[in-house]
Amino acid sequence: MARIATSTGYVPLLMRIDGGGRVLLGLMLAAAVAVPALNLLTPANFALHVPTYLVSLWGKYLCYALLAVSVDLVWGYCGILSLGHGAFFALGGYAMGMHLMREIGDRGVYGNPVLPDFMVFLNWDTLPWYWHGFDSFAFAALMVLLVPGTLAFVFGWFAFRSRVSGVYLSIITQAMTYALMLAFLRNDMGFGGNNGLTDFKDVLGFDLQADSTRCALFACSAVALGLGYIVCRLMVTSKFGRVIMAVRDAESRTRFLGYRVEYYKLVVWVVSAMLAGIAGALYVPQVGIINPGEFVPANSIEIIVWVAVGGRGTLYGAALGGVLVNYAKTYFTGAAPEIWLYLLGGLFIAVTLLLPKGVVGTTSDLWQRRHEIFGRRGSPPVASQGEQREAAE
Amino acid sequence: MNVGAPEAIAAEQAIVLYVNGVTVSFDGFKALNNLSYTVRIGEMRAIIGPNGAGKTTMMDVITGKTRPDSGEVFFKQTHDLRRMDEAAIANLGIGRKFQKPTVFENHTVFENLELALKSKRSALHSLFFRLSREQEDRIDSVLATVGLRPQREALAGTLSHGQKQWLEIGMLLIQDPELLFLDEPVAGMTDAETEQTAELLRQIAGKHSIVVVEHDMAFVRALGVKVTVLHEGSVLAEGTLDHVQNDDKVIEVYLGR
Amino acid sequence: MPIAVIRCLLASFALLVVLAAPQRGVAQDADFAALVDTAAKGEFAEQSAAISALAATGDPRAQAVLEALAERGLYVTAEGQVVIGEDHPDGLRLIDPLTGEEIGIVGSRDVERVRANNSLRRAARSAIGTLTLMSPDPAVRLNAAQTVFSSQDAGALEMLEQALEQEEDDDVRGAMQKARAAILLGSDDPALRLEAVEALREFTDPDIRSMLAALVVQRQDGTYAETDETVRAAAAESLEAIERKLAAWRIAGYVYQGISLGSVLLLAAIGLAITFGVMGVINMAHGEMVMIGAYTTFVIQEVIRNHAPELLDWSLFVAIPAAFVVAGLAGIAIERGIIRFLYGRPLETLLATWGLSLILRQLVRTLFGTTNQEVGTPSWMQGAIETTAGVTMTYNRLYIILFCLLVFAGLMVALRRTALGLQMRAVTQNRQMARAMGIRTGRVDALTFGLGSGIAGIAGVALSQIDNVSPNLGQGYIIDSFLVVVFGGVGNLWGTLAGAFSLGVANKLLEPYAGAVLGKILVLVAIILFIQKRPRGLFALRGRAVEA
Repeated sequence: MARIATSTGYVPLLMRIDGGGRVLLGLMLAAAVAVPALNLLTPANFALHVPTYLVSLWGKYLCYALLAVSVDLVWGYCGILSLGHGAFFALGGYAMGMHLMREIGDRGVYGNPVLPDFMVFLNWDTLPWYWHGFDSFAFAALMVLLVPGTLAFVFGWFAFRSRVSGVYLSIITQAMTYALMLAFLRNDMGFGGNNGLTDFKDVLGFDLQADSTRCALFACSAVALGLGYIVCRLMVTSKFGRVIMAVRDAESRTRFLGYRVEYYKLVVWVVSAMLAGIAGALYVPQVGIINPGEFVPANSIEIIVWVAVGGRGTLYGAALGGVLVNYAKTYFTGAAPEIWLYLLGGLFIAVTLLLPKGVVGTTSDLWQRRHEIFGRRGSPPVASQGEQREAAE
Repeated sequence: MNVGAPEAIAAEQAIVLYVNGVTVSFDGFKALNNLSYTVRIGEMRAIIGPNGAGKTTMMDVITGKTRPDSGEVFFKQTHDLRRMDEAAIANLGIGRKFQKPTVFENHTVFENLELALKSKRSALHSLFFRLSREQEDRIDSVLATVGLRPQREALAGTLSHGQKQWLEIGMLLIQDPELLFLDEPVAGMTDAETEQTAELLRQIAGKHSIVVVEHDMAFVRALGVKVTVLHEGSVLAEGTLDHVQNDDKVIEVYLGR
Repeated sequence: MPIAVIRCLLASFALLVVLAAPQRGVAQDADFAALVDTAAKGEFAEQSAAISALAATGDPRAQAVLEALAERGLYVTAEGQVVIGEDHPDGLRLIDPLTGEEIGIVGSRDVERVRANNSLRRAARSAIGTLTLMSPDPAVRLNAAQTVFSSQDAGALEMLEQALEQEEDDDVRGAMQKARAAILLGSDDPALRLEAVEALREFTDPDIRSMLAALVVQRQDGTYAETDETVRAAAAESLEAIERKLAAWRIAGYVYQGISLGSVLLLAAIGLAITFGVMGVINMAHGEMVMIGAYTTFVIQEVIRNHAPELLDWSLFVAIPAAFVVAGLAGIAIERGIIRFLYGRPLETLLATWGLSLILRQLVRTLFGTTNQEVGTPSWMQGAIETTAGVTMTYNRLYIILFCLLVFAGLMVALRRTALGLQMRAVTQNRQMARAMGIRTGRVDALTFGLGSGIAGIAGVALSQIDNVSPNLGQGYIIDSFLVVVFGGVGNLWGTLAGAFSLGVANKLLEPYAGAVLGKILVLVAIILFIQKRPRGLFALRGRAVEA
């Protein structure tokens, strides 16, 4: 876990971002510019031309990366292993999906100017109250933050105040997303039941199928990932970050220093849920559908492996893991679907047993060792004894 | 008693900790049984007792970790500690050093002290917190007091056992609490370190009230303070070390059986 | 209501004739012949009276006559002899109703068919019903009583009352009383109707409810089907009583279903109570241990089916120990191979075992395919107990309830009475001390984990009887199992028992009001809130040992 010098009062923004983070931000900036340019401005037969399907695919990966960063914020820094972050992601996605449904207007199969097709199909004659307002993009965008944020706040308020932690918390977060999945599967909930929301036409008036829209969405995802990373990074390098890491390593000790652990957890939890919601909201227009499958508990557990593979507690490592694992998933489910689940399962085991620090942590350890061999003074390797002790408590 | 003189003036007002009739039971076993004692402002008190006498539970009750089944616990006569949680009690000015040194191993020594430093504890405040020059100086002076200046930027996890003990004492000092609880502060220390610790505690007594729980009789003797002997969850004897060591009941508890 | 009028007429005629008729079984041939004659040749009213009288004789020959009459197969020859005619390629085959012997074959124009309108034929049919009321076979009697009940033939009343007097079988008796009350309901006498309405209170069948409901419903013109107010009031009261009884039965039914669900949850969770509750290991692959048990059952059944089909009914008794061993060994392998490196790191354990669960599911998919496997239910587990009010208790569920309690009791005994149990408890309470006393803690860990996994395997045997045996079998139970253990209180087997049954019953009680999905959500939310209120569960252990 990279640290920064705390002895000087003011640290400029860039100083608070570590090497990996700078690489990530640089990449995102470059991608946000170059990918749309290579897609829109180059002819299809040009060697560096990026086809549109790839733009959307990588846009999706970036959303996953942001989701992974949000999970790393709570898990890597505060020790909260959430098995329900898929729920926040899906809620953000649904909020966006609802807006896109309203934007279809009378172009649906049934031509109803107000009601989405599935409601007409269910013989509903009025819009449910909670669908009002979603015709406005600004309102929907607000809801993308507020809905996951509120759920996280309420859930966290009860959970953290009653000091549910560790594995217990993990299990009830899993139960939370499971309950939401069951709820969203119901037709009378008014979210399209099993089929979810789909058949979107456009966003803010731009055709969702158009190359330019897809490029714009990709650029938004890249920027969102970059900004999300910066927000998280600023949080964890502030004193706030040092407190939540203290909570992660020795929760009750932090209490005895006078910190209200539950409020710290609540803040980091809500921020993380909102970031997951943003990731979901950007994901939906790029894949064109949101359905209750996003709430499946297995999905939420999978996010954990992205973070673990990349490197827990580094933020940029989580983003890397999100992209790596999903790239592998796309490749293997296409090339050898039989093998993918063996690989994914093996990844869970390998990462916990052999690479507890993930790709990033292991690489930097190796790097450091090489420097030591060459006689340079490196800071001693960090053992995660703190975690073990907290777990034993 | 070292700090006996001022208390005669206003004995009643000068009580910092008031424990009366506290009982805690776990599944029928009474860890504390009608425990009562008081600590005066500026006083240093040593609490001894065999294993299972209830020393740790007593500290748990006072610092808010465990709720008593019955009895009263007051801080400075106005604050009912039974109604408060750990953070509130810590913020009132009661600090605690654990038996097993607990420092934040993935933080540097400096950061450990920064976390303990007396300041606003709210989450929002911490997001925008900036260490002032005075605060940094204060941390450095405590670092000097506990002898950890060279390890300023080292991770606390890399310290030796004794250094961790010192770091934790430093964290307690920088919290600047009115009342300090130290659970076996010299366990694992060399004789020289033990002597240093006793010296440090004698220095800060007077400004702070201190309760030391110890097994090491030499250390207790070095402190030279009033001793309370716990046994089976209640006070067995109280007085100077020599007094309690000659007490028949104490002898029976320690040597009998 | 013309039919009602006819029925009343019929009833009164029948009464007259029946009162005059001799006792069952001693009817003279002459009397019988006379009745057959009247039934065939008499006027309409005489015919129907004769039909009732024929039925009342209880004479076995009467059935053929009545059947013939009902099916328009009764004829009168030119000589005036009443005969039963059966279709034959050459015309009709005639049979003497008195002797049952064949007379010969004639053309269909040589005999005259007995005229029988619909109501007569109906009367004949219901008369057949009453005839069999005296049959020595209780099943036939029950069937007859039900026939009478649905025909509500007043002519059968006398016969019914006679039959009731000597009926000893409770079920048949109940059916007869029901039929009697239904007939009395059509009586002219309000006192009889009142008696009937009150008697019907005892029954909960839907047709009785609609019968009673018909009495109290106000028609459009403001009149009632039942004219007497007292009877109407009694009918309303009876209806209410029936509804109350039904409601009670329904609740009982839900509770039963809840206990049944609870037993399944307990089976799934009980192994987890050991691995998670006692050892503190989060095993996300626990569900897959259950699945392995179910697939072991499948394999064993297939082997027995192919090599010793006569033992197929007993395959479960082979499967139980086999599943225990297979899942137990898998558990030991998992503990030695993965979990022991992760003690004290519950979150990492959770992730590694989740990965393992993915692999195991995919492995089973590769080996057995993704489709559900058919695991047969032995004949002794098939069937169900049905109560009158519509609560069905299938035997397989009952056996599972019994089985889960047995497993629980067995585990309790194993933990308390065996050396392994003692060592297990010692290791969980104080590992260092146990090791110092010479207990090989690593071995105890492996065996404990194997025990928990083995029990999960046994659960798989039971679940194979009620659930689809598919690679995802275990996934359906894993969240519920964890909630049961956490809800009950970690480290407390009794808590797991109480947790499983209370969650099962709560689920099933909520279901009818909130729907299956919403009910489940409500239970989940309730548990989430509960865990936050009491993080250590229903039966929390308290003390420094726990908090340390």
